[in-house]
Amino acid sequence: MRVRTRLAVGAGTIAGHASRLAGRGAGDQISGRVMLGVDPELIAKLARDQRVVLVSATNGKTTTTRLIAAALEAEGEPVVSNVTGANLTSGVVSALARARGPGFAVLEVDERVLPRVYDALRPELLVLGNLSRDQLDRFGEVHVLSDRWRALLAANPEQVVVANASDPPVVWAAAPARTTWLELGTGWTGDSATCPQCGALLGWNDRGFACPNCGFCTPETAHRLVGNHLELDGATIPLRIALPGRWNVDNAALAIVAATRLGVRADDAALAVAAVESVAGRMATYTVPDGRTVRVLLAKNPAGWLEVLRYVQDVDTAVVLAVNAHVADGKDPSWLWDVPYELLAGHAVAAAGERALDVAVRLRYAGIDCLVERDVMRAVARIDGPSVTVIASYTQFYGLSRRLARASRAARPASEPERPA
Amino acid sequence: MTGTGRGTGTGRGTESTLRVGLVYPELLGTYGDRGNALVLVERARWRGFDAELVEVAAGDPIPDSLDVYLFGGGEDDPQTMAASGMRASANAVRRAIDGGAVVLAVCAGFQLIGTGYVDAGGEVIEGIGLVDARTVAGAPRLIGEVIVEPEPSTGLPTITGFENHGGRTKLGPGVRPLGRVTRGGGNGIGAVDGALAPNIVATYLHGPVLPRNPALADLLLTWVTGGPLEPLPSVLEEALRAERLAEARLTGWRARARDLRLERG
Ligand SMILES: [Zn+2]
Repeated sequence: MRVRTRLAVGAGTIAGHASRLAGRGAGDQISGRVMLGVDPELIAKLARDQRVVLVSATNGKTTTTRLIAAALEAEGEPVVSNVTGANLTSGVVSALARARGPGFAVLEVDERVLPRVYDALRPELLVLGNLSRDQLDRFGEVHVLSDRWRALLAANPEQVVVANASDPPVVWAAAPARTTWLELGTGWTGDSATCPQCGALLGWNDRGFACPNCGFCTPETAHRLVGNHLELDGATIPLRIALPGRWNVDNAALAIVAATRLGVRADDAALAVAAVESVAGRMATYTVPDGRTVRVLLAKNPAGWLEVLRYVQDVDTAVVLAVNAHVADGKDPSWLWDVPYELLAGHAVAAAGERALDVAVRLRYAGIDCLVERDVMRAVARIDGPSVTVIASYTQFYGLSRRLARASRAARPASEPERPA
Repeated sequence: MTGTGRGTGTGRGTESTLRVGLVYPELLGTYGDRGNALVLVERARWRGFDAELVEVAAGDPIPDSLDVYLFGGGEDDPQTMAASGMRASANAVRRAIDGGAVVLAVCAGFQLIGTGYVDAGGEVIEGIGLVDARTVAGAPRLIGEVIVEPEPSTGLPTITGFENHGGRTKLGPGVRPLGRVTRGGGNGIGAVDGALAPNIVATYLHGPVLPRNPALADLLLTWVTGGPLEPLPSVLEEALRAERLAEARLTGWRARARDLRLERG
């Protein structure tokens, strides 16, 4: 390491420590920012000895990253990873700076940041999950992102990619590269009405999508997720995962395929993935002083909310919806009206967060009475139910995890929430 | 209402079902536009009307049998697709309006019921010309809370919403805006937002606009049913309105403190 690089890492680490002490979160984001200010070429230098795996998607990238890292760690490989969800350039640098020698760097990258860090990181493998609407007021259109990814891979056609074959914007993006396709089945189609290639209306069927105008369609692949079985390279691998919800089965399948492209045996990857119980505090379960368990789920956009609501629908639990509209959440919570909160019928429901009133009005028109209590901890305490599930937007989620962990220390933790690395 | 009761121009009869049409939700539904439809359907039902939400799928012709036509917001490609479908069905929509149907057009929908939209590349997307309003893509994008003081003739209270668009919309001579913008950008020209025409309301406001402004929803329902409506309790809606209006009216250091708070992760 050259002197300048070492100085940069040193300054950044101190800033990150100070930020953690000040209670401003995991510190990864801010310490990375400081480092970049010192040495703009840091990423390339830090990544030089690492086998880099990049994971990008609108939803599930943190979990998929964690699962890939778990599969590699189970093989005894040294792995650095930005598991706290710090996925901007700064978070990537912080993670790389923790490497103590050659090994794997499994990094989730914000879908908008991916083209900016790609050249510096030269990834051995790129894992692309899905693209849907997220934080619209800041970033605009899904098609624009998809086009940017495609331009990137068209310029790097030798790039090895594992990609979701069932998501039109991802297929459009990954088609120019050396891509292993995994068919995950049709999920959220709300942002894929038109063909990325020609703009015509996409047709959908059981097999996937097909454009009647230009022929752009779901790519042929022998790798697919069928229920809880992954068909991969001619074998069928049962997936039994500890993480809740259908969306995590998708994440697990993608992670296992990715791990096999890095040399891990599929069965071993499946075992390692199955053992992961919580990712960066997401999906962690806490026990609050009144003895009830509280599970916290993060939902960042309509596609994510739909998945989480489908899961909660069948669980006997009270539900607290905690929504903010900070920049990181998207400043316009209009998306509340695209989410089928009608699925919560029969549950006790509370609206919390800075935008509790927007949630409450939405629920009124879904025919669901709710308790309005802005403070999410008070909402948890006040709502009746055998257990409580909090579904939180991004900025609600992080504050809440800290507060619940604190409250949980008074009681016996149901499962120890993961510490930020 | 469909069937025999239509055609008077003031109200569409008394029997049958109020049909709230959500036009091309796959293309024009980017900003929670379904919410506007839900609010109209539910507020009609709460008053004892039969009401149903009718989705007009992208690619299908728009029927002339709907009572409310909702044209929502959309991205560039979808907006172009929507425009061609709307042009093919423009006569059906016009017939319906002449028969007493009402139109709420938001953002891209507003641009498309106008005479045309010139996108950032200079390409012209022809609208259906329900109102004389022409839009040119501009910069910067207008994003944030908006307050509109509506035209007094509407009898509406202050309107609250959230905008996110690059359009600059010029109203033709004699076209009335929905109101005067006191916070935010609206049409981006002349400190006004939207447009008003007989049985037509157009605006740039999301939120969506009807959940945040139940009086506007009720105005549309009054037009389409042809009579005054009983008031509904709106405690939650009023609380939300008050909160949004207060937030949008912050100035000086208070506004900066709010912005800093919202930037925080
Ligand atoms: Zn096509």
